[in-house]
Amino acid sequence: MPDPKGLKIETMRSTLSRARGLGAANTGVQEWWMQRLTSLALIPLTLWFVFSLVQLTGAPYAVVHAWAGTPIHATLLLALIAITFQHMRMGVQTIAEDYIHGTTVRLTLTLAVKAASLLLALAATIAVLKLAIAG
Amino acid sequence: MVETKRFFFDLPKGSRPKPGNTWKAPAGTTNVRDFQIYRWDPDQGGNPRIDTYQVDLDKCGPMVLDALIKIKNEVDPTLTFRRSCREGICGSCAVNINGTNTLSCIKPIDDVKQGPVRVNPLPHMPVVKDLVPDLSLAYAQLRSVEPWLKADTPAPPDSERLQSLEERARLDGLWECILCFCCTTSCPSYWWNGDRYLGPATLLAAYRWISDSRDEATGERLDALKDPFKLYRCHTIFNCTEACPKGLNPAKAIGEIKLQLLEREG
Repeated sequence: MPDPKGLKIETMRSTLSRARGLGAANTGVQEWWMQRLTSLALIPLTLWFVFSLVQLTGAPYAVVHAWAGTPIHATLLLALIAITFQHMRMGVQTIAEDYIHGTTVRLTLTLAVKAASLLLALAATIAVLKLAIAG
Repeated sequence: MVETKRFFFDLPKGSRPKPGNTWKAPAGTTNVRDFQIYRWDPDQGGNPRIDTYQVDLDKCGPMVLDALIKIKNEVDPTLTFRRSCREGICGSCAVNINGTNTLSCIKPIDDVKQGPVRVNPLPHMPVVKDLVPDLSLAYAQLRSVEPWLKADTPAPPDSERLQSLEERARLDGLWECILCFCCTTSCPSYWWNGDRYLGPATLLAAYRWISDSRDEATGERLDALKDPFKLYRCHTIFNCTEACPKGLNPAKAIGEIKLQLLEREG
């Protein structure tokens, strides 16, 4: 039906009912806290990683292989991978929750981001393990 | 209720303001300032328009609200806006002046930079008419956090519920909120998710009661806020604090709620 004045009534629920909505989900604290913790952890880890990459620029394969294969470097690399992809997942999910309003599209995107982060993190982990263990 | 469908990459149909009428100052006036004011009439519908009123500042009070009242009284009685106390305590006259939400009654015209004074309704709320936004959902959100004292212990029969000086001092910076919703309507998170995110004014009010030593429902209040949308849409960008015409800090209050929720987790 045409609605030239834009006066269509979308709902006759009371405003209080709309404000209360489905109630509180009883989550969010850990997600918020992990956003802060991963951000903090990524500062030294990323600095270390970038610094190391600069040091290794132009180095032959065997040198890089040996560097990444030491227990300390492999541990730090695994931590960097886990925290980076966790942080990425939370960041993109927040953007989706902020800007995408259709529940179907938002849930689909959120699941896709979770899947992509997990698979990328696993692939990167296996690469590091290969260097560290399989040699 | 005005239709509020969401569109990707474009404004909803009929929401883009068009140039409107110009109301010239009387001949012979020298100290003239242009006021560009958002106009929309539900009886006419269509796009809003921006009317320009040339106001003689020599015959006008110092504040933006004085100019709005002068326009309504002397030039165009159809101009619609809310006002009451004209001294920054009722919160009725909150509008957006040159891009910043504030109270028009305590905003000096001289403080607005060179060029026209642009007056718009509070952003991203349904417009009832001209500068009057529909705040009914925002008021209901405030109601939903139950901003009143909740205590099971009966009040002493012969006195008030007492607080120490320190306990009372904790409410400073919280109780002064006049509910003008300048902060809430300046918050992008509230623009995009205002149906679920409670917004800074309501969260400040919630924290005012969480902090009250006489209140016995702190845990229940925190429970009601522990939600990815109701509380955690706040990304701490401080637009609320920047906008508050009373100089309060809703962003800090929201941060304190988040810290208390964290403290509770252990």
